[in-house]
Amino acid sequence: MTSITHHISPPLLAAYAAGTLPEPYALVVASHISMCDDCRAALGAHEAAGGAVMESSAAQAVSDDLKARVFDGLDIAPVAGPVYQKSGVFPAPVMEALKGKPPKWKSLGFGVRQSVISRSAAGSVRLLYIPGGQAVPEHSHNGLELTLVLQGAFADEDGRFGVGDLEIADDDVQHTPMAEVGDACICLAATGAPLRFASWMPRLFQPLFRI
Amino acid sequence: MDQKNDPKSFGSRNVGMLTLEPSSCDTPNSHARHPRSMARKKVRLPKQESQQISDQTSWMLAVRDARDRQAFGRLFDYYAPRLKGFVMRTGVPAAQAEDIVQEVMISVWHKAAQFDPHRAQVSSWIYQIARNRQIDVLRKENRPMPEELMQDEVQTEDASQIIALEQEADTLRQALNTLKPGQRDMVEKAYLGELSHSEIQEQTGLPLGTIKSRIRLGLEKLRHELKDIRQS
Repeated sequence: MTSITHHISPPLLAAYAAGTLPEPYALVVASHISMCDDCRAALGAHEAAGGAVMESSAAQAVSDDLKARVFDGLDIAPVAGPVYQKSGVFPAPVMEALKGKPPKWKSLGFGVRQSVISRSAAGSVRLLYIPGGQAVPEHSHNGLELTLVLQGAFADEDGRFGVGDLEIADDDVQHTPMAEVGDACICLAATGAPLRFASWMPRLFQPLFRI
Repeated sequence: MDQKNDPKSFGSRNVGMLTLEPSSCDTPNSHARHPRSMARKKVRLPKQESQQISDQTSWMLAVRDARDRQAFGRLFDYYAPRLKGFVMRTGVPAAQAEDIVQEVMISVWHKAAQFDPHRAQVSSWIYQIARNRQIDVLRKENRPMPEELMQDEVQTEDASQIIALEQEADTLRQALNTLKPGQRDMVEKAYLGELSHSEIQEQTGLPLGTIKSRIRLGLEKLRHELKDIRQS
């Protein structure tokens, strides 16, 4: 998968390794890593740094019985949850978030569809389906937006984003992504706060074909 | 290395702290490979090389391949106090920190099959399990995880690759020790989970690039083996 050119930035990857990235973003990062060996290796490097910090932490004596309690736990097989695998264009973390079921698409008009995976105070993450040659609906969001291409491609002022590419857009970035002519573009998109539908629904009825 | 994959292309907009520096010893052939077929249950590395593999990795391999409880006891003696110290640094009280240590060490035993010394050191691997556990306990969230790469029954160990990765990790530790106190504090806070991604901005120049290259080699090796297995 050497065609991936837009990767996870080091601060995002470090935050993911440390577990401080809010869950919607973490889902996009985990999905990208599932598709990108470079970022998988880079994550390993951050984990090595984390391991070094852990290992150099001042040791704290443990209780006398802790070792015995741990050894008691070795023979109790853990309850294994289902393991999800990549299915079609959806990487394993997305399948896990969907609990193995196909996404429930809802039409937004003009052939554009979305499937909200989760929405909370921490932000939201959704799948978007944009027919080839069509603009990605304009929407407002607060803070960072991460968009990972799962199928097809889109292009905007920041370049072309194909399968596996991750676009990192700050809230001040003005971008008008267009799905490439051809296959529909399917993306996984996470934002820091729920999208403001009221403001962008009417925009769907405006001409979508602008660059 | 494929230019498209050059670490320089990572997040051009946001590069700050923890930059992944490209390495000069980056070529896949810069170390000797010793491919050998070995059943997983019998990992025997040549004597000279096994002396260079760290005790921690040897113990972990004994746990993974032979379910060796004595080796697990040694891993516990080494890591449990450090892990407790690490968890307590994040503000968790001693008793709760021990609960986390207990669960992490039990996971180390049960998840041992996933340990791949070509891609991770024991400390990195345990760090990752510990952070997952803490997210689960403190935030009641599961961290979405990348798809596991399938490992098959037969796995060949490449001692030179394992040792090279350990050497890179040593270099990283030394670099961490030579940072100025303020910088080091920032790095530690980042990996302790005390900084948000937007707070992780300051340049520290941690040499993560070479270690990344080593892990990349481990991944390539794994992919190569999986291809061989599928074709055989």
